[in-house]
Amino acid sequence: MFQGAIDWLDRIGPRVYTAFVEGDRWKLYLKGLGLTLEMTVVALCFGLVLGLIVAVIRTAHDQQRVDRRKNPLLGLLNGICQIYTTVIRGTPMLVQLFIWTFVIFPSVRNKVLIGFIGLGVNSGAYVAEIVRGGLMSVDIGQSEASRSLGMNYLDTMRFIVVPQAFKNILPSLGNEFITLFKDTSLVQAIGGTELLYYASTIGGRTFDYMPPLIGIAVMYLVVVIVLTWLQSKLERRLRQSDRR
Amino acid sequence: MIDVKGLSKSFGDHLVLDNIDQHISPGEKVVVIGPSGSGKSTFLRCLNLLEQPTAGTITFDGVVITDPKVDIDAIRRQMGMVFQHFNLFPNMTIRRNITLAPVRTGLMKQEEADAEAAKLLERVGLTEKADSYPAQLSGGQKQRIAIVRALAMKPKLMLFDEPTSALDPEMVGEVLDVMKELAREGMTMVVVTHEMGFAREVGSRVIFMDGGKIVEENEPHAFFAGPKEQRTIDFLSKVL
Repeated sequence: MFQGAIDWLDRIGPRVYTAFVEGDRWKLYLKGLGLTLEMTVVALCFGLVLGLIVAVIRTAHDQQRVDRRKNPLLGLLNGICQIYTTVIRGTPMLVQLFIWTFVIFPSVRNKVLIGFIGLGVNSGAYVAEIVRGGLMSVDIGQSEASRSLGMNYLDTMRFIVVPQAFKNILPSLGNEFITLFKDTSLVQAIGGTELLYYASTIGGRTFDYMPPLIGIAVMYLVVVIVLTWLQSKLERRLRQSDRR
Repeated sequence: MIDVKGLSKSFGDHLVLDNIDQHISPGEKVVVIGPSGSGKSTFLRCLNLLEQPTAGTITFDGVVITDPKVDIDAIRRQMGMVFQHFNLFPNMTIRRNITLAPVRTGLMKQEEADAEAAKLLERVGLTEKADSYPAQLSGGQKQRIAIVRALAMKPKLMLFDEPTSALDPEMVGEVLDVMKELAREGMTMVVVTHEMGFAREVGSRVIFMDGGKIVEENEPHAFFAGPKEQRTIDFLSKVL
Protein backbone atom coordinates (compact mmCIF):
# COMPACT_ATOMS: atom_id res chain seq x y z
CA MET A 1 0.00 0.00 0.00
CA PHE A 2 2.64 2.46 1.17
CA GLN A 3 5.02 1.27 -1.53
CA GLY A 4 2.24 1.74 -4.12
CA ALA A 5 1.81 5.36 -3.16
CA ILE A 6 5.54 6.01 -3.47
CA ASP A 7 5.60 4.37 -6.91
CA TRP A 8 2.62 6.49 -7.99
CA LEU A 9 4.28 9.67 -6.82
CA ASP A 10 7.46 8.58 -8.56
CA ARG A 11 5.64 8.31 -11.86
CA ILE A 12 3.63 11.53 -11.51
CA GLY A 13 6.55 13.77 -12.45
CA PRO A 14 7.05 12.34 -15.94
CA ARG A 15 3.27 12.23 -16.51
CA VAL A 16 2.94 15.92 -15.70
CA TYR A 17 5.95 16.62 -17.87
CA THR A 18 4.36 14.76 -20.79
CA ALA A 19 1.03 16.49 -20.33
CA PHE A 20 2.21 20.07 -19.95
CA VAL A 21 5.82 20.61 -21.01
CA GLU A 22 6.64 18.15 -23.80
CA GLY A 23 6.25 19.66 -27.25
CA ASP A 24 5.33 23.03 -25.67
CA ARG A 25 1.88 21.67 -24.83
CA TRP A 26 1.35 24.38 -22.19
CA LYS A 27 0.85 26.77 -25.06
CA LEU A 28 -2.19 24.76 -26.10
CA TYR A 29 -3.70 25.10 -22.61
CA LEU A 30 -3.14 28.82 -22.65
CA LYS A 31 -4.68 29.04 -26.11
CA GLY A 32 -7.65 26.99 -24.88
CA LEU A 33 -8.07 29.18 -21.83
CA GLY A 34 -7.96 32.25 -24.05
CA LEU A 35 -10.62 30.81 -26.33
CA THR A 36 -12.77 29.88 -23.35
CA LEU A 37 -12.56 33.38 -21.90
CA GLU A 38 -13.26 34.88 -25.32
CA MET A 39 -16.29 32.65 -25.71
CA THR A 40 -17.54 33.66 -22.26
CA VAL A 41 -17.21 37.37 -22.98
CA VAL A 42 -18.77 37.21 -26.45
CA ALA A 43 -21.65 35.04 -25.24
CA LEU A 44 -22.26 37.29 -22.26
CA CYS A 45 -22.33 40.42 -24.42
CA PHE A 46 -24.74 38.68 -26.77
CA GLY A 47 -26.77 37.50 -23.77
CA LEU A 48 -26.77 40.97 -22.22
CA VAL A 49 -28.15 42.62 -25.34
CA LEU A 50 -30.76 39.93 -25.81
CA GLY A 51 -31.62 39.88 -22.10
CA LEU A 52 -31.97 43.67 -21.90
CA ILE A 53 -34.35 43.74 -24.86
CA VAL A 54 -36.46 40.95 -23.41
CA ALA A 55 -36.47 42.51 -19.94
CA VAL A 56 -37.52 45.93 -21.24
CA ILE A 57 -40.33 44.42 -23.33
CA ARG A 58 -41.59 42.36 -20.42
CA THR A 59 -41.39 45.20 -17.89
CA ALA A 60 -43.02 47.67 -20.27
CA HIS A 61 -45.82 45.16 -20.82
CA ASP A 62 -46.32 44.53 -17.12
CA GLN A 63 -46.31 48.23 -16.27
CA GLN A 64 -48.92 49.28 -18.81
CA ARG A 65 -51.61 51.31 -17.18
CA VAL A 66 -54.44 49.11 -16.08
CA ASP A 67 -57.90 50.19 -17.20
CA ARG A 68 -56.51 51.15 -20.57
CA ARG A 69 -56.54 49.18 -23.79
CA LYS A 70 -53.38 47.13 -23.94
CA ASN A 71 -50.98 47.60 -26.81
CA PRO A 72 -51.46 44.45 -28.97
CA LEU A 73 -47.93 44.53 -30.44
CA LEU A 74 -46.46 44.69 -26.95
CA GLY A 75 -48.69 41.79 -25.96
CA LEU A 76 -47.39 39.69 -28.87
CA LEU A 77 -43.75 40.55 -28.13
CA ASN A 78 -44.29 39.79 -24.47
CA GLY A 79 -45.73 36.38 -25.42
CA ILE A 80 -42.69 35.59 -27.57
CA CYS A 81 -40.33 36.68 -24.79
CA GLN A 82 -42.17 34.56 -22.27
CA ILE A 83 -41.94 31.47 -24.49
CA TYR A 84 -38.24 32.19 -25.06
CA THR A 85 -37.34 32.42 -21.37
CA THR A 86 -39.50 29.42 -20.46
CA VAL A 87 -38.08 27.12 -23.16
CA ILE A 88 -34.46 28.15 -22.67
CA ARG A 89 -34.56 27.96 -18.90
CA GLY A 90 -36.53 24.73 -18.96
CA THR A 91 -34.24 22.65 -21.19
CA PRO A 92 -30.66 21.45 -20.63
CA MET A 93 -27.90 23.56 -22.09
CA LEU A 94 -26.26 20.57 -23.78
CA VAL A 95 -29.51 19.60 -25.51
CA GLN A 96 -29.82 23.20 -26.74
CA LEU A 97 -26.28 23.12 -28.12
CA PHE A 98 -26.99 19.83 -29.94
CA ILE A 99 -30.16 21.31 -31.42
CA TRP A 100 -28.26 24.38 -32.65
CA THR A 101 -25.56 22.18 -34.17
CA PHE A 102 -27.44 19.25 -35.68
CA VAL A 103 -30.96 20.63 -36.24
CA ILE A 104 -30.73 24.35 -36.91
CA PHE A 105 -27.23 24.79 -38.40
CA PRO A 106 -26.22 21.30 -39.62
CA SER A 107 -24.07 22.66 -42.45
CA VAL A 108 -22.11 25.22 -40.44
CA ARG A 109 -18.52 24.04 -39.87
CA ASN A 110 -17.54 26.81 -37.45
CA LYS A 111 -18.52 25.16 -34.17
CA VAL A 112 -17.15 28.04 -32.09
CA LEU A 113 -19.62 30.36 -33.78
CA ILE A 114 -22.44 27.98 -32.89
CA GLY A 115 -21.04 27.95 -29.37
CA PHE A 116 -21.32 31.77 -29.24
CA ILE A 117 -24.93 31.61 -30.40
CA GLY A 118 -25.95 28.70 -28.18
CA LEU A 119 -24.36 30.15 -25.04
CA GLY A 120 -25.52 33.69 -25.84
CA VAL A 121 -29.13 32.71 -26.42
CA ASN A 122 -29.05 30.63 -23.27
CA SER A 123 -27.56 33.32 -21.06
CA GLY A 124 -29.93 35.92 -22.58
CA ALA A 125 -32.87 34.14 -20.98
CA TYR A 126 -31.22 34.21 -17.57
CA VAL A 127 -30.02 37.79 -17.92
CA ALA A 128 -33.55 38.82 -18.91
CA GLU A 129 -34.96 37.45 -15.66
CA ILE A 130 -32.13 39.01 -13.63
CA VAL A 131 -32.66 42.43 -15.22
CA ARG A 132 -36.43 42.20 -14.94
CA GLY A 133 -36.13 41.36 -11.26
CA GLY A 134 -33.76 44.30 -10.83
CA LEU A 135 -36.11 46.75 -12.54
CA MET A 136 -39.04 45.52 -10.46
CA SER A 137 -37.01 45.88 -7.26
CA VAL A 138 -36.79 49.67 -7.58
CA ASP A 139 -39.40 51.33 -5.36
CA ILE A 140 -42.48 52.29 -7.38
CA GLY A 141 -42.39 55.68 -5.65
CA GLN A 142 -39.25 56.49 -7.64
CA SER A 143 -40.96 56.27 -10.99
CA GLU A 144 -44.08 57.94 -9.59
CA ALA A 145 -41.98 60.89 -8.47
CA SER A 146 -40.29 61.09 -11.85
CA ARG A 147 -43.56 60.84 -13.78
CA SER A 148 -45.22 63.39 -11.49
CA LEU A 149 -42.50 65.84 -12.52
CA GLY A 150 -43.57 65.35 -16.14
CA MET A 151 -40.72 63.16 -17.30
CA ASN A 152 -41.70 60.49 -19.80
CA TYR A 153 -41.40 56.72 -19.44
CA LEU A 154 -38.07 56.43 -21.26
CA ASP A 155 -36.36 59.24 -19.32
CA THR A 156 -37.71 57.78 -16.10
CA MET A 157 -36.19 54.42 -16.97
CA ARG A 158 -32.93 55.92 -18.15
CA PHE A 159 -32.19 58.34 -15.31
CA ILE A 160 -34.10 56.95 -12.35
CA VAL A 161 -34.95 53.26 -12.57
CA VAL A 162 -32.11 51.65 -14.53
CA PRO A 163 -29.24 53.26 -12.58
CA GLN A 164 -30.80 52.10 -9.31
CA ALA A 165 -31.63 48.66 -10.68
CA PHE A 166 -28.05 48.27 -11.87
CA LYS A 167 -26.75 48.09 -8.33
CA ASN A 168 -29.18 45.29 -7.48
CA ILE A 169 -28.47 43.46 -10.72
CA LEU A 170 -24.69 43.46 -10.60
CA PRO A 171 -24.14 40.58 -8.13
CA SER A 172 -26.48 38.25 -10.03
CA LEU A 173 -24.89 39.28 -13.28
CA GLY A 174 -21.49 38.36 -11.86
CA ASN A 175 -22.83 34.93 -10.96
CA GLU A 176 -24.21 34.54 -14.46
CA PHE A 177 -20.78 35.36 -15.87
CA ILE A 178 -19.19 32.68 -13.68
CA THR A 179 -21.81 30.09 -14.66
CA LEU A 180 -21.35 30.94 -18.31
CA PHE A 181 -17.59 30.63 -17.99
CA LYS A 182 -17.93 27.07 -16.69
CA ASP A 183 -20.64 26.18 -19.21
CA THR A 184 -18.34 26.95 -22.13
CA SER A 185 -16.84 23.50 -21.56
CA LEU A 186 -20.07 22.04 -22.98
CA VAL A 187 -19.13 23.45 -26.36
CA GLN A 188 -16.45 20.73 -26.53
CA ALA A 189 -19.27 18.22 -27.07
CA ILE A 190 -20.20 19.81 -30.40
CA GLY A 191 -16.57 20.00 -31.49
CA GLY A 192 -15.83 23.59 -30.54
CA THR A 193 -12.24 24.36 -29.64
CA GLU A 194 -11.84 25.58 -26.08
CA LEU A 195 -10.00 24.57 -22.93
CA LEU A 196 -11.60 21.15 -22.44
CA TYR A 197 -11.14 20.37 -26.13
CA TYR A 198 -7.37 20.80 -25.90
CA ALA A 199 -7.15 18.91 -22.62
CA SER A 200 -8.97 15.87 -23.98
CA THR A 201 -7.01 15.99 -27.22
CA ILE A 202 -3.75 15.97 -25.28
CA GLY A 203 -5.13 13.24 -23.02
CA GLY A 204 -5.95 11.13 -26.05
CA ARG A 205 -2.59 11.64 -27.68
CA THR A 206 -0.54 10.80 -24.55
CA PHE A 207 -2.91 8.04 -23.37
CA ASP A 208 -3.04 9.77 -20.00
CA TYR A 209 -6.11 11.84 -19.10
CA MET A 210 -5.44 12.50 -15.45
CA PRO A 211 -2.87 15.34 -15.58
CA PRO A 212 -4.55 17.44 -18.31
CA LEU A 213 -8.04 17.13 -16.78
CA ILE A 214 -6.91 17.91 -13.24
CA GLY A 215 -4.80 20.70 -14.74
CA ILE A 216 -7.69 22.42 -16.47
CA ALA A 217 -9.95 21.90 -13.44
CA VAL A 218 -7.39 23.94 -11.48
CA MET A 219 -7.38 26.58 -14.24
CA TYR A 220 -11.17 26.90 -14.16
CA LEU A 221 -11.08 27.10 -10.38
CA VAL A 222 -8.43 29.81 -10.31
CA VAL A 223 -10.32 31.95 -12.83
CA VAL A 224 -13.59 31.54 -10.87
CA ILE A 225 -11.86 32.47 -7.61
CA VAL A 226 -10.39 35.58 -9.23
CA LEU A 227 -13.79 36.54 -10.69
CA THR A 228 -15.52 36.04 -7.33
CA TRP A 229 -12.94 38.22 -5.65
CA LEU A 230 -13.38 40.98 -8.22
CA GLN A 231 -17.13 40.71 -7.82
CA SER A 232 -17.09 41.13 -4.04
CA LYS A 233 -14.71 44.05 -4.39
CA LEU A 234 -17.02 45.77 -6.84
CA GLU A 235 -20.03 45.15 -4.63
CA ARG A 236 -18.28 46.63 -1.65
CA ARG A 237 -17.42 49.69 -3.73
CA LEU A 238 -21.05 50.11 -4.80
CA ARG A 239 -22.36 49.68 -1.29
CA GLN A 240 -20.05 52.44 -0.10
CA SER A 241 -21.85 54.91 -2.34
CA ASP A 242 -25.08 54.08 -0.50
CA ARG A 243 -23.66 55.39 2.72
CA ARG A 244 -22.29 58.56 1.20
CA MET B 1 -58.71 75.37 -12.31
CA ILE B 2 -59.60 71.74 -11.64
CA ASP B 3 -63.02 70.35 -12.25
CA VAL B 4 -63.81 66.83 -11.09
CA LYS B 5 -67.03 65.23 -12.26
CA GLY B 6 -68.38 61.85 -11.20
CA LEU B 7 -64.92 60.56 -10.24
CA SER B 8 -64.89 56.92 -9.18
CA LYS B 9 -62.00 54.57 -8.61
CA SER B 10 -62.08 50.93 -7.68
CA PHE B 11 -59.27 48.46 -7.09
CA GLY B 12 -60.81 45.18 -8.18
CA ASP B 13 -64.11 44.92 -6.30
CA HIS B 14 -63.14 47.50 -3.75
CA LEU B 15 -64.67 50.91 -4.43
CA VAL B 16 -62.25 53.52 -3.11
CA LEU B 17 -63.76 56.69 -4.59
CA ASP B 18 -67.49 56.89 -5.07
CA ASN B 19 -68.76 59.43 -7.58
CA ILE B 20 -66.94 62.56 -6.42
CA ASP B 21 -67.68 66.05 -7.74
CA GLN B 22 -65.32 68.82 -6.83
CA HIS B 23 -64.14 72.15 -8.08
CA ILE B 24 -60.86 73.78 -7.13
CA SER B 25 -60.34 77.43 -8.06
CA PRO B 26 -56.97 79.14 -8.61
CA GLY B 27 -55.39 80.29 -5.37
CA GLU B 28 -57.42 77.96 -3.19
CA LYS B 29 -55.74 75.92 -0.46
CA VAL B 30 -57.84 72.81 -0.16
CA VAL B 31 -57.07 70.59 2.81
CA VAL B 32 -58.36 67.04 2.61
CA ILE B 33 -58.75 65.20 5.90
CA GLY B 34 -60.32 61.91 6.88
CA PRO B 35 -59.59 58.52 8.46
CA SER B 36 -57.14 56.19 6.76
CA GLY B 37 -58.73 54.22 3.95
CA SER B 38 -61.20 57.01 3.27
CA GLY B 39 -59.85 57.49 -0.25
CA LYS B 40 -58.25 60.89 0.30
CA SER B 41 -54.83 59.89 -1.04
CA THR B 42 -56.41 58.11 -4.00
CA PHE B 43 -58.40 61.24 -4.73
CA LEU B 44 -55.23 63.30 -4.75
CA ARG B 45 -53.38 60.77 -6.93
CA CYS B 46 -56.23 60.77 -9.42
CA LEU B 47 -55.77 64.52 -9.93
CA ASN B 48 -52.47 63.95 -11.78
CA LEU B 49 -53.46 60.50 -12.99
CA LEU B 50 -50.95 58.56 -10.92
CA GLU B 51 -54.12 56.55 -10.38
CA GLN B 52 -56.25 56.02 -13.43
CA PRO B 53 -59.89 56.79 -12.54
CA THR B 54 -62.39 54.04 -13.22
CA ALA B 55 -65.07 56.53 -14.14
CA GLY B 56 -65.59 60.27 -14.37
CA THR B 57 -63.74 63.18 -15.88
CA ILE B 58 -61.10 65.56 -14.56
CA THR B 59 -60.61 68.88 -16.31
CA PHE B 60 -57.50 70.95 -15.70
CA ASP B 61 -57.36 74.47 -17.16
CA GLY B 62 -59.97 73.52 -19.72
CA VAL B 63 -58.25 70.28 -20.79
CA VAL B 64 -60.00 66.98 -20.10
CA ILE B 65 -56.99 65.11 -18.75
CA THR B 66 -58.83 61.81 -18.35
CA ASP B 67 -59.05 61.65 -22.16
CA PRO B 68 -56.57 58.90 -23.25
CA LYS B 69 -55.33 61.08 -26.11
CA VAL B 70 -54.08 63.84 -23.80
CA ASP B 71 -50.30 64.14 -23.35
CA ILE B 72 -50.29 63.43 -19.64
CA ASP B 73 -46.60 64.31 -19.25
CA ALA B 74 -47.34 67.87 -20.41
CA ILE B 75 -50.17 68.13 -17.86
CA ARG B 76 -48.08 66.74 -15.02
CA ARG B 77 -45.40 69.37 -15.69
CA GLN B 78 -47.92 71.94 -14.49
CA MET B 79 -48.78 70.07 -11.30
CA GLY B 80 -46.17 69.52 -8.61
CA MET B 81 -46.52 66.59 -6.26
CA VAL B 82 -45.00 65.93 -2.86
CA PHE B 83 -45.10 62.40 -1.46
CA GLN B 84 -45.28 61.02 2.05
CA HIS B 85 -41.98 59.19 1.61
CA PHE B 86 -40.22 62.05 -0.22
CA ASN B 87 -39.14 59.83 -3.14
CA LEU B 88 -35.98 61.77 -3.78
CA PHE B 89 -33.71 60.07 -6.31
CA PRO B 90 -30.99 58.47 -4.15
CA ASN B 91 -28.57 58.09 -7.05
CA MET B 92 -28.23 61.82 -7.64
CA THR B 93 -27.05 64.88 -5.79
CA ILE B 94 -29.63 67.29 -4.46
CA ARG B 95 -28.82 69.74 -7.23
CA ARG B 96 -29.43 67.13 -9.88
CA ASN B 97 -32.61 65.96 -8.13
CA ILE B 98 -33.93 69.48 -8.62
CA THR B 99 -32.60 70.22 -12.09
CA LEU B 100 -33.15 66.89 -13.87
CA ALA B 101 -36.83 67.30 -14.71
CA PRO B 102 -36.70 70.96 -15.85
CA VAL B 103 -33.75 70.17 -18.11
CA ARG B 104 -35.05 66.89 -19.51
CA THR B 105 -38.48 68.27 -20.27
CA GLY B 106 -36.97 71.23 -22.09
CA LEU B 107 -38.25 73.81 -19.62
CA MET B 108 -34.78 75.19 -18.89
CA LYS B 109 -31.16 74.92 -19.97
CA GLN B 110 -28.81 73.33 -17.46
CA GLU B 111 -27.34 76.72 -16.41
CA GLU B 112 -30.78 78.25 -15.89
CA ALA B 113 -31.87 75.20 -13.92
CA ASP B 114 -28.76 75.37 -11.75
CA ALA B 115 -29.42 79.03 -11.01
CA GLU B 116 -33.04 78.25 -10.25
CA ALA B 117 -32.00 75.38 -7.97
CA ALA B 118 -29.62 77.68 -6.10
CA LYS B 119 -32.41 80.20 -5.59
CA LEU B 120 -34.85 77.56 -4.38
CA LEU B 121 -32.30 75.98 -2.06
CA GLU B 122 -31.56 79.33 -0.51
CA ARG B 123 -35.24 79.86 0.03
CA VAL B 124 -35.53 76.70 2.13
CA GLY B 125 -32.16 77.30 3.79
CA LEU B 126 -30.40 74.26 2.35
CA THR B 127 -27.87 75.91 0.05
CA GLU B 128 -24.97 73.96 1.52
CA LYS B 129 -26.67 70.65 0.70
CA ALA B 130 -26.59 71.15 -3.08
CA ASP B 131 -23.87 68.57 -3.61
CA SER B 132 -25.01 66.13 -0.95
CA TYR B 133 -26.94 62.95 -1.61
CA PRO B 134 -30.43 62.32 -0.22
CA ALA B 135 -29.13 59.67 2.19
CA GLN B 136 -27.15 62.36 4.01
CA LEU B 137 -30.23 64.46 4.80
CA SER B 138 -32.71 64.30 7.64
CA GLY B 139 -36.36 63.58 6.90
CA GLY B 140 -37.37 67.20 7.21
CA GLN B 141 -34.59 68.30 4.90
CA LYS B 142 -35.54 65.62 2.39
CA GLN B 143 -39.13 66.77 2.33
CA ARG B 144 -38.13 70.41 1.90
CA ILE B 145 -35.98 69.33 -1.05
CA ALA B 146 -38.89 67.33 -2.45
CA ILE B 147 -41.07 70.45 -2.33
CA VAL B 148 -38.38 72.50 -4.00
CA ARG B 149 -37.88 69.83 -6.66
CA ALA B 150 -41.56 70.08 -7.56
CA LEU B 151 -41.41 73.89 -7.54
CA ALA B 152 -38.51 73.89 -10.00
CA MET B 153 -41.02 72.88 -12.69
CA LYS B 154 -42.88 76.14 -11.96
CA PRO B 155 -46.20 74.34 -11.46
CA LYS B 156 -49.57 76.06 -11.32
CA LEU B 157 -50.77 73.72 -8.63
CA MET B 158 -49.16 71.69 -5.86
CA LEU B 159 -50.44 68.38 -4.57
CA PHE B 160 -49.29 67.22 -1.14
CA ASP B 161 -49.85 63.60 -0.12
CA GLU B 162 -49.44 63.45 3.68
CA PRO B 163 -46.16 65.39 3.49
CA THR B 164 -45.46 65.28 7.23
CA SER B 165 -46.72 61.79 8.13
CA ALA B 166 -43.35 60.08 7.76
CA LEU B 167 -41.44 62.72 9.71
CA ASP B 168 -40.17 62.80 13.26
CA PRO B 169 -42.38 65.21 15.21
CA GLU B 170 -39.59 67.75 15.65
CA MET B 171 -39.19 68.02 11.87
CA VAL B 172 -42.83 68.60 11.03
CA GLY B 173 -42.59 72.32 11.71
CA GLU B 174 -39.85 73.09 9.21
CA VAL B 175 -41.83 71.41 6.40
CA LEU B 176 -45.09 73.10 7.35
CA ASP B 177 -43.31 76.46 7.39
CA VAL B 178 -42.25 76.01 3.78
CA MET B 179 -45.80 75.06 2.85
CA LYS B 180 -47.23 78.06 4.68
CA GLU B 181 -44.89 80.38 2.88
CA LEU B 182 -45.92 78.82 -0.40
CA ALA B 183 -49.55 79.35 0.52
CA ARG B 184 -48.90 83.02 1.32
CA GLU B 185 -47.40 83.47 -2.13
CA GLY B 186 -50.71 82.44 -3.61
CA MET B 187 -49.95 78.91 -4.83
CA THR B 188 -52.97 76.74 -5.45
CA MET B 189 -52.60 73.77 -3.14
CA VAL B 190 -54.38 70.51 -2.44
CA VAL B 191 -53.08 68.99 0.78
CA VAL B 192 -53.93 65.61 2.24
CA THR B 193 -52.85 65.78 5.86
CA HIS B 194 -53.48 64.90 9.47
CA GLU B 195 -52.20 68.28 10.66
CA MET B 196 -55.40 69.94 11.85
CA GLY B 197 -53.51 73.04 12.93
CA PHE B 198 -52.26 73.50 9.39
CA ALA B 199 -55.76 72.94 8.00
CA ARG B 200 -57.14 75.63 10.28
CA GLU B 201 -54.38 78.14 9.73
CA VAL B 202 -53.66 77.80 6.02
CA GLY B 203 -56.65 76.13 4.43
CA SER B 204 -59.20 78.13 2.54
CA ARG B 205 -61.46 75.09 2.49
CA VAL B 206 -61.48 71.82 4.39
CA ILE B 207 -62.84 68.64 2.85
CA PHE B 208 -63.69 65.71 5.09
CA MET B 209 -63.76 62.36 3.32
CA ASP B 210 -64.94 58.98 4.51
CA GLY B 211 -65.76 55.76 2.68
CA GLY B 212 -64.81 57.19 -0.70
CA LYS B 213 -67.24 60.10 -0.43
CA ILE B 214 -66.96 63.75 0.53
CA VAL B 215 -68.93 63.88 3.75
CA GLU B 216 -68.60 67.55 4.51
CA GLU B 217 -66.72 70.61 3.32
CA ASN B 218 -66.51 74.11 4.62
CA GLU B 219 -64.36 77.12 5.31
CA PRO B 220 -61.96 75.97 8.09
CA HIS B 221 -63.19 78.07 11.02
CA ALA B 222 -66.77 77.09 10.44
CA PHE B 223 -65.71 73.53 9.77
CA PHE B 224 -63.87 73.06 13.05
CA ALA B 225 -66.23 75.21 15.11
CA GLY B 226 -69.48 73.71 13.93
CA PRO B 227 -69.27 70.43 12.01
CA LYS B 228 -72.70 69.38 10.79
CA GLU B 229 -72.45 65.70 9.98
CA GLN B 230 -72.31 63.15 12.81
CA ARG B 231 -69.41 61.32 11.11
CA THR B 232 -67.37 64.54 11.03
CA ILE B 233 -68.11 65.24 14.68
CA ASP B 234 -66.97 61.72 15.63
CA PHE B 235 -63.77 62.07 13.64
CA LEU B 236 -62.90 65.51 14.98
CA SER B 237 -63.57 64.46 18.55
CA LYS B 238 -60.95 61.76 18.13
CA VAL B 239 -58.22 63.81 16.48
CA LEU B 240 -58.56 67.18 18.16
